[in-house]
Amino acid sequence: MRLDYPSNIKIIRVPCTGKVDVMHLLGSIQKGADGVYTVGCLEGACHYNEGNIRARERVEHVRILLEEIGLESDRVRMYNLTSGEATLFVEYAKEMTANIQALGPNPLKKWTKA
Amino acid sequence: MIVAERKPFEEIKDLLKGYKKVLNVGCGTCVAVCLTGGEKEVEVLNAELDMARKLDENPIELGAITIERQCDREYLEALDDKVDDYDALLSMACGAGIQFLAERFPSKPVLPAVDTTFLGVNQDVGWYEERCRSCSSCVLGWTGGICPVTMCAKGVYNGPCGGTDNGSCEIHQDQPCAWFKIYERLAVQDRLDLIIAYEPITAWKNQKPRTLIQPGYKKPEGTE
Repeated sequence: MRLDYPSNIKIIRVPCTGKVDVMHLLGSIQKGADGVYTVGCLEGACHYNEGNIRARERVEHVRILLEEIGLESDRVRMYNLTSGEATLFVEYAKEMTANIQALGPNPLKKWTKA
Repeated sequence: MIVAERKPFEEIKDLLKGYKKVLNVGCGTCVAVCLTGGEKEVEVLNAELDMARKLDENPIELGAITIERQCDREYLEALDDKVDDYDALLSMACGAGIQFLAERFPSKPVLPAVDTTFLGVNQDVGWYEERCRSCSSCVLGWTGGICPVTMCAKGVYNGPCGGTDNGSCEIHQDQPCAWFKIYERLAVQDRLDLIIAYEPITAWKNQKPRTLIQPGYKKPEGTE
């Protein structure tokens, strides 16, 4: 389909969103990423039964941790789609980018450059 | 195992106020099993503290080490050559571990990152329930293996009280009456005669820090 999505998004491939750990998400923000989102299969359609459910729970946990720290929880989100929904993938990428642009840059970024 | 719960982040942050270099010490036994104070939790807490302090324009240098057990001298020894580099130690062990750590390094402030909660069982991953209050006088032999001290809201030894309500406790419908459970269990085992036996209550007022030295062992030299 060769659809375009925002070029500022860096994709990190994992075998299943169940592999995504709290530290992957929290560490990204710690290292200066403006935002990070997990894109998993639709709930109920996980090949490993509950990989995406666990991912969602971890994302929710990280959102709470960010609030505790004093950062916006919306810098971390979870999206779900099927592998055939390229248009939806692009839509979510644009939505997340707009969300991050509204929040502004990660205030921790200046510490990572030092 | 001993179950603990991480303290609220604000409280931990407040405890570390004024310190610039802190070693976060995890414990690899009970608190690691209950997902509160093991290697992973040390890493997450350090990341949180690092970010929060940077946002406050007051960065902190954090070290991380998780030893097998903080309630054992042989494992605490691994910290001997490390603590001098830090202003304070943050411990993610249970209350016993935290105190033993503080005892080994009396010149360093040792701060707790968790609240020790109970002695419990592992119902499922991340789900723990209290079963024992370590009262020192176990009555499980005549209560069908159900502890009235822990499972009864009043901890009554010769129950049930007047608040038992069709199998539930008066404090909440979802809280089973321990003595109803004990009755059911003893009935299944055909041991109901035990329920009418009177048992004297524990002399809680005489509680003091307890020590156990097994036969054939003695206190190591140099300890009080």
